[in-house]
Amino acid sequence: MSGKIRAISGPTVTVDLKGLKLYERVYVGHAMLTGEVVRLEREKTVIQVYEDTRGLAVGEPVKGVGMPLTVRLGPGLLGGMFDGLQRPLERIRDEMGPFITGGKEMYALDYMKKWLFTPFMKKGDKPLFGTVMGTVEEGPFKHSILCGSESGGTVARVFDGEISLNEPLGEFEDGKDIPGCHEWPVRIARPYRKKFAPKGPLITGQRCIDFLFPLARGGTAVFPGGFGTGKTILEQSVAKFADVDIVVYVGCGERGNEMADMIAEFEELRDPWSQRPLRERTVLVVNTSNMPVAAREASIYTAVTMAEYYRDMGYHVLFLADSLSRWAEALREISASLEEMPGEEGYPTCLASRLSGFLERAGVVETLSGKIGSLSMILSVSPPGGDFTEPVTQACLRTTGSFLMLDTSLAHRRHYPAINWFQSYSLYAGDVAEHYRAKISQEWDVLLRRSKEILQEEESLREVAEIVGAEGLQDTDRLLMRTAEKIRTGFLQQNAYSDDAFSPPEKTLATMKSILDLHDQAMDKLKQGMSLEEALKT
Amino acid sequence: MRLSEHIYRTISTIAGPLLFVQKIQSARVGEMVIVHTPDNRRLEAEVLEIEGDTALIEVYGTTQGLDIEHTTVSFSDAVKKAPLSLDIVGRIFNGSFEPKDGAPMFVPEKRMPITGAPINPAARARPADFIETGFSAIDGLNTLVRGQKLPVFSCAGLPSKEVVASILRNARLADSSKKFIVVFAALGLTFHEYSFYLKTLEDMKTGFVAFVNMADEPVMERLLAPRFALTVAEYLAFEKGMDILVIITDMTNYCDALREISTAREELPGRRGYPGYMYSDLASLYERAGRIYGREGSVTMLPVVTMPEDDITHPIPDLTGYITEGQIVLSRELHQKGIFPPVDVLPSLSRLMQKGIGEGRTRNDHRQVANHLYKYYAKGRDLRRLEAIVGRDGMAKGDILMLDFADAFEKDFVGQGMNRRTVQETLDAGITLMKKFALETE
Repeated sequence: MSGKIRAISGPTVTVDLKGLKLYERVYVGHAMLTGEVVRLEREKTVIQVYEDTRGLAVGEPVKGVGMPLTVRLGPGLLGGMFDGLQRPLERIRDEMGPFITGGKEMYALDYMKKWLFTPFMKKGDKPLFGTVMGTVEEGPFKHSILCGSESGGTVARVFDGEISLNEPLGEFEDGKDIPGCHEWPVRIARPYRKKFAPKGPLITGQRCIDFLFPLARGGTAVFPGGFGTGKTILEQSVAKFADVDIVVYVGCGERGNEMADMIAEFEELRDPWSQRPLRERTVLVVNTSNMPVAAREASIYTAVTMAEYYRDMGYHVLFLADSLSRWAEALREISASLEEMPGEEGYPTCLASRLSGFLERAGVVETLSGKIGSLSMILSVSPPGGDFTEPVTQACLRTTGSFLMLDTSLAHRRHYPAINWFQSYSLYAGDVAEHYRAKISQEWDVLLRRSKEILQEEESLREVAEIVGAEGLQDTDRLLMRTAEKIRTGFLQQNAYSDDAFSPPEKTLATMKSILDLHDQAMDKLKQGMSLEEALKT
Repeated sequence: MRLSEHIYRTISTIAGPLLFVQKIQSARVGEMVIVHTPDNRRLEAEVLEIEGDTALIEVYGTTQGLDIEHTTVSFSDAVKKAPLSLDIVGRIFNGSFEPKDGAPMFVPEKRMPITGAPINPAARARPADFIETGFSAIDGLNTLVRGQKLPVFSCAGLPSKEVVASILRNARLADSSKKFIVVFAALGLTFHEYSFYLKTLEDMKTGFVAFVNMADEPVMERLLAPRFALTVAEYLAFEKGMDILVIITDMTNYCDALREISTAREELPGRRGYPGYMYSDLASLYERAGRIYGREGSVTMLPVVTMPEDDITHPIPDLTGYITEGQIVLSRELHQKGIFPPVDVLPSLSRLMQKGIGEGRTRNDHRQVANHLYKYYAKGRDLRRLEAIVGRDGMAKGDILMLDFADAFEKDFVGQGMNRRTVQETLDAGITLMKKFALETE
């Protein structure tokens, strides 16, 4: 099926091709640029092109693929680095040089690589979608090969041993091959059997998060912050140290140098939980700010589909996106070029529903093959001018479980991570604290409550101190302010470039306990009539 | 490829810089077009949109004097390209890449599209080598590294051009055998500023290439000049292995030009009237800084942004800060105290600093010294608010010490006048200052 280009305006192209479906993938022009159908009318079809349309001419051919935008799912994704359309950036570099010129169709998976296949299926089986057909070793992980078609029929033959993705894993009775990989449309959530409420902690190794605003596996969190508040450093720290099996990280419209830095670092560093190189457990999707806008919009869907694929094998997966605002802006640019009616600040009115639909892809699930897997999401938001009343932050507030506000004034004081402890919250706090109390220490809640009280009291004392001066306060109040300062500098602050970058829960608790124990001892001495200076001397 | 040249005399509408041309046989988006005016001027233009047989064309330069009857439009079947050659070093051009220094145009070795292509993130090398600017506030606390993009956020009336000129004169690579070539793009420059920069460039011992668009020259050229500059920078860096420092001043004029053109195109305005795609557009410039794995050269960028109304949350500095790897913020308060350079180190930041300092790069105690200076100065600044309420006499001894430290830090560490300091001198100055106030330095 093919037609011709009738009009070109920015990333959108109008063609006279009939019979296309909404969201079908198309190839545009002689350069074979990838596009997606976004609007259908009787006489014409509007296509959003994922690459630079510069050089495209009216009259060039357009071809429908018959399928929506999909990603290829199979062994070999881990350790990879892809663009927003799942093209392997490293192989593109090797073939085309250091600059991306577009129009290059390349599959994410390496079809030549041999995998040692251990079959689970046997002759006579009737696998359904999501059934585990066997496993291969992907680095340290058992990669379950999942059945990718609805009703494939009855298995007639099964192969094992060294198999590449070019070769079948077996044969159905009707003679069809059983493939080792399959495609899945990125905009449709992958199915599961049952969903559960987020449960169990997601340990990040960041004291401020794990202690004050804990995250749960299967939960969602956002951290909005103006520029320079350390969003990217925090995202990357969590990506390094989080207690999960697999991490999918999307650099959505962000800096190229930062991504280069991250790749280099992930090759050097090891996962603190398994002691394996970090790169082995990570999938990177990168669409830097100067890469095409439409592919930026698709990148988070591409990434989350890969994350769901590993969830479906029963793994705990963490999805991180930096930054969601760039995705929303891409949506706005596309919407403007389609001349849609703008909503608040020019964003399309579907922003909130698109966002909540996306965030609902997180969760703890029972997979189709009966395993428990989870997909947690942590997203950064870059509000313009650091103003949290803007539409993207507000839309996130309604649908995410944890809100970690990054504060510009803390960042200016080099207090990192710059999480504001008054404005932030976590809806998972109660459940997760319960877990820590049982697993780490009975004192967890008590210490948590006391530290919060101290920080709160410091805030009100600070106002008094500003008027009468710190010297004018009573000794007990001065002690409290000293302790609060210790909590801020010795506990909440965490240097991402030192050995302290990762703090397991045991250490987190011990640190807080020692600060509060010192506080109690000094307080006792004050009560015995000592002065603050004497009480602190020991 | 078209076999014959396509010339049309079928303009249907002229509105500002935009022309609609009808009955087009074939045209490409981004194609270069030559417009011949009735009075025999030759203007360059670019195809923006095509719908059926109608093309929307945007003219670079002034459209005054165009008419519908006699103006002809010829299509070139090629995108806008910049001529390139090593002979470009030492030359000054205007915003349309025409020589401005009286010498004839050089013979190009090759031509490259001015929009450039994004560097594959997998091909980037992480920026790591320290660049010494000679300013303590930058070298000591907000270190610049090769391949970084670090804007200077200034306010109207602050000496941003003196700061930039000092950096131009003083910037050195850690490997002192290598020198920078400076590519200078001036957008919407007044004559006064132009003569200042011209003198600075001529006094420099290293080579330079300049693209100058004056305040009274076409707005469209303000969008082209930085792209020419960056195309030249990429060519010299990645094909000829040179280290390039790109200075663009002033990005505020660039963004205003972008807004003006966007409004002429009748696009939906975003915040403060700037187009919704300004982030992507700015990124298409800033992201061209960097290094490529396995190649010699580098592109380091130092754009200047004048913050309208001294407001750092204005869309121009805001979007810039989201794309660049940090910012150097100039402060009116320090300027009024007579401190040069008036860099406020608290809101300033270099995101790539951690990779450029320490043992083998600057000095092993660099990080420690920087952290201590920050901590004490931030404390002193905090206490100034208290001082304003209770007065100096009502404050504790320790607090008064920190106040004095903050003053001395601004005067002696940040303030250095026109003297160049090496990074060793910067760190020593920091340590001396802390010792003078008997503060811990370990």
